[in-house]
Amino acid sequence: MTIAETNLAEQNSTELEERRIERRKKLKAGALPLGTAIALLLIWQLGVRLFQVPTYIAPAPSDVAITFVDKFPILMANFWPTFYESVLGFFFGNVFAILIAIAFVHSRTVERAFFPIAVFVNTIPILAIAPILVLIFGPGLTAKVVIAALICFFPTLVNMVRGLQAVSPQALELARILSASKSEVFWKIRLPSSLPFLFSALRIAATTCVIGAIVGEWVGADLGLGALIIDSTFNFNSPLLYATVFMSSGLSVFLFASVAIAERLIIRW
Amino acid sequence: MSAVAKTKITPINTASPTIAASLKNASVKFGTFTAIDSLSIDIEEGSFYTILGPSGCGKSTMLRLVSDLIPAASGDVKIFGKTTEAARLAREFAFVFQDAALLPWRSALKNVELPLEIGRKRGIEIPVGNKSPHELLEMVGLKGRENALPHELSGGMRQRVAIARALVCQPKLLLMDEPFGALDEMTRDHLNMQLLQIWKETGTTILFVTHSIPEAVFLGQKVMMLQAHPGRLREIVEIDLPENRTIELRDTQEFTRYSAYLRKLLETC
Repeated sequence: MTIAETNLAEQNSTELEERRIERRKKLKAGALPLGTAIALLLIWQLGVRLFQVPTYIAPAPSDVAITFVDKFPILMANFWPTFYESVLGFFFGNVFAILIAIAFVHSRTVERAFFPIAVFVNTIPILAIAPILVLIFGPGLTAKVVIAALICFFPTLVNMVRGLQAVSPQALELARILSASKSEVFWKIRLPSSLPFLFSALRIAATTCVIGAIVGEWVGADLGLGALIIDSTFNFNSPLLYATVFMSSGLSVFLFASVAIAERLIIRW
Repeated sequence: MSAVAKTKITPINTASPTIAASLKNASVKFGTFTAIDSLSIDIEEGSFYTILGPSGCGKSTMLRLVSDLIPAASGDVKIFGKTTEAARLAREFAFVFQDAALLPWRSALKNVELPLEIGRKRGIEIPVGNKSPHELLEMVGLKGRENALPHELSGGMRQRVAIARALVCQPKLLLMDEPFGALDEMTRDHLNMQLLQIWKETGTTILFVTHSIPEAVFLGQKVMMLQAHPGRLREIVEIDLPENRTIELRDTQEFTRYSAYLRKLLETC
């Protein structure tokens, strides 16, 4: 073996070693929160069993898990309506917010006229406005979609306005030197540069739209995770209640992850 | 009358070079503050002017005046005989900013192509240079990095993309506002050499603002010294150095003599 070869071999082995350390670090980073969660669940399980807490007050994790498997068809039947309401509310609330933000940026008058109203609507607690919307739109899907949309609307509006205005002055000077039209400035410069702001709003909206849909279902619905929460609470069916809560947070996580993945694919800068 | 005027002007035109940019008693005011006071100069086509002066002398303001970014309060500015607006619409000039002003979501190639995409719908005739965006990137030494996003490039590379973008419409006048001011000395030297090469290849007229005396001497055929409060033309210093400029030129006595002269002049501005 020549010296060069030995060096190369050594280099390879150190590289492998480094990669191994890297992998171990990553594993540790994932294992720590997971381990903590499992430990907490164990303590909960032992505590409930040890102090003989009645199931309706606090069910053991094992009870919840059994219910989750047993009642899975019911849970899914209630999952889909909430899913649709959340996604439709997310879509309409954000599209509406984006369009209004564009109007605000293009016209100061429109902004001055409507922004205070948007702030006012945002200050009304969603729990207070939900019954009003159910009265207006009836107990069907529409009311829940509107509530979910409303809860998404404001953060997206504020972020989108900021994003559309956060264009570097030099980019605008460049556009002027190129004699760009207003629509060219919008499509080629303002809109792309607002995307990072938009996505941070969409991350918020992805979780709040589920809250909106569930609050809407509390006020009046036969089906949906919100309805199931109310139902299982009144029937003291705590394991089902917990399983439903688990399901709804799973929905939020799913929507949040979808937005995060879309963000990573779209915003590469 | 116009026929008489024409016959009179024609012989003068053939005798003297075409004027790329002409300022006659041009003043710029920001409110009550006079940034440029009655500036008159004729920039011959194909020449390389560097612009020096203390801060607040209106170096950048002058470029912004010529490029139609700000209006003249009084006086007259003509680019190849056209108003600055007409020249802007005809893409007679291009601008290179201090920070490259690249659009961060566009690849190097897409950034170079931007001027070709903008203005089409407004019926602006976009002059297309004899070099394609690919070839321009190759010319500035970025072959193979066409698909890199700006954040993946170094400061010097970003500035080279900006220069390629400025050249894509084959401008007859290139306005550069401290383009290498934020770069380290090695990179700056390299880009200075490259810029001289580009100037020779394209035959374009260059107005180059800098705050570095060596850079002004090294690049310029003529150095425009401006003075501050209010911004006025102090002196035009012809740099009589050999056409083929190399880095070693900086160690020669003549070079030092010019630098020393400009330094002394700058102190009195």
